[in-house]
Amino acid sequence: MTLKNIVISNLRRRKARAIFVLVGLLIGVATVVGLISLVQAMKNDMNHKLEMYGANILIVPKTENLSLTYGGMSLGGISFDMQEIRQAELEKIKGIKNAANVAAVGPMVLGPITVGGHRIMLAGIDFTAAQILRPWWSVKGKMPTREDGVVIGSDASRVIGLKPGDKVIVRGVKLSVTGILEATGSQDDGLIFAPLAAAQLILGKQGRISLVEVAALCTGCPIPEMVKQITAVLPSGNVMAIQQVVKGRMETISHFQKFSYGVSALVLFVGCLMVLVTMMGSVRERTVEIGIFRAMGFRKSHVLRIILLEAGIVAAVAGIAGYFTGLGATRLLLPLFTQGQGHGAVSLDPVMGAAAFLASIMLGIAASLYPALMAARLDPNEALRAL
Amino acid sequence: MSYIDAEKLVKQYGTGEATITAVEGVNLGIDAGEFVAIMGESGSGKSTLLSMLGGLNSPTSGRFIVDGVDVYALTSDERADFRRRSVGFVFQNFHLLPYLTLAENVMLPLAIVKMGKKQKLAAAIDALARVGLSDKAHRLPNQISGGEQERVAIARAIVNHPPIILADEPTGNLDTHTGAEIMKLLATVNREGITVIMVTHSTEYAHYARRLIRLSDGRVVDEGAELRRPESRRRRSARRPRRQKRLTKKGRL
Repeated sequence: MTLKNIVISNLRRRKARAIFVLVGLLIGVATVVGLISLVQAMKNDMNHKLEMYGANILIVPKTENLSLTYGGMSLGGISFDMQEIRQAELEKIKGIKNAANVAAVGPMVLGPITVGGHRIMLAGIDFTAAQILRPWWSVKGKMPTREDGVVIGSDASRVIGLKPGDKVIVRGVKLSVTGILEATGSQDDGLIFAPLAAAQLILGKQGRISLVEVAALCTGCPIPEMVKQITAVLPSGNVMAIQQVVKGRMETISHFQKFSYGVSALVLFVGCLMVLVTMMGSVRERTVEIGIFRAMGFRKSHVLRIILLEAGIVAAVAGIAGYFTGLGATRLLLPLFTQGQGHGAVSLDPVMGAAAFLASIMLGIAASLYPALMAARLDPNEALRAL
Repeated sequence: MSYIDAEKLVKQYGTGEATITAVEGVNLGIDAGEFVAIMGESGSGKSTLLSMLGGLNSPTSGRFIVDGVDVYALTSDERADFRRRSVGFVFQNFHLLPYLTLAENVMLPLAIVKMGKKQKLAAAIDALARVGLSDKAHRLPNQISGGEQERVAIARAIVNHPPIILADEPTGNLDTHTGAEIMKLLATVNREGITVIMVTHSTEYAHYARRLIRLSDGRVVDEGAELRRPESRRRRSARRPRRQKRLTKKGRL
């Protein structure tokens, strides 16, 4: 028989109070774990979605001219006269500090050609990088696998009247149409896409490129910082971040995160109050018992230990149960918050589990401190009354 | 100087006009190994006095010395240690913890003592055996009778071999026959050398004690000094009628 035995026997044979304390803390811990893992899962889901947005950094040649386009209306031919970036310099992007965050670098060469009497813009691209940079592309037919394969935008194909399998000769280079791009609603619809090397050959721009698209993957990874890093290695380029989308989305999550931390704090506070009230009740109910302990020679510290040990044990159980309840709740709720299948999955996180466990014990003990002190300070004679 | 010495013990409750004096200047000397009964009507201050003798209730004034130690000059923790080492309490309402088995209840005072698990259990079983309940060690308090519960309370009081046992109306909640059994048990404990101080309001069991102290309005009206010398059981029972006659006479005063 030790103080621990007294506590365990009491908990075992007087379950109702223990369950109250347990539920109070469990709800608190479960809410916190649930919200934190929900936010985490949403961030993961958002990360995945960011990949779907494609390029978020654009590198164009430095120019002293101002753009004469607005709303898709071009008021001048300067875009065709612009300077170009040398392709060899792109290798430098791989050397920047945040190179690990660069998912794809897509060089693009642009130039006008004439096909079937129609003036059309030819874009030479890296089709492998395009899969990451333009994940929304859907091609009727196939993506080109050979150097002479081209994909045509939906508007261009309608105007020129080309379909997969057709062959065209442009400036002496034979090209074969492998696929038609389904309407994207973007400028891509009016373009004809050829492999980079072929386009450079046709346009006579070997080793040069018109612009570079970069997909940087990250949540909270420093896009402005990466822009600076790329600018440093590519002084001839004008590096711009396409930030709005990312920023907006991240802000939404950040607001939700703050909100959920607020809710968590509130729920934990209420949980602690519940523990406090229940433990106060328990101490009052056990007044005589505490008097007996004191009469037998238990010191104040012994009484304190009994009450705190009891709270600690219940809180430990609540911590473990709360962690799994929170995780389970997140799994149930996650589909309501994200559209991604599988990308926002929640998994066991030992660190969070341990944190929930320890935090629960600490809160349980903290909330029981006052009742425990009250118990320890009871005048044994008052407590016993009968004596 | 006696083993237990109370010097001008006063206990007042409340303040100002509402002050109630429960114990008013009690002087008392009790020798080691005595069996003392403190008697008095309800409200005479006997329970307050007993709680002060048990180191549970600080007197408003006066000193209480046990074995040369001024109990109320000790710190709260030291006084707790004094209770643990020196005093076993037997309460009127038994006050067994309902969620502990009889053996666990008896082991309770040992919970804060450094001792092996087996030794503690052995001590508890031994104490239960002394009150004749070793066969019910693993029952819960609500599974035994009131008399048995009081015996468990006595076992709990003696388990760590304290020199003093304080009993508050130990027979208060029991029928005559069971009450007598409990008194015999206390007498046996006393014969083993433990000082027993008992509070009771009934004369029925007072004769088991070797000395009667009568309390009225917080004052000792009869210290029963002439009955203090140790007696053999036979002689004591022979003297019983005389003592009771004397009590009756005092009662009328």
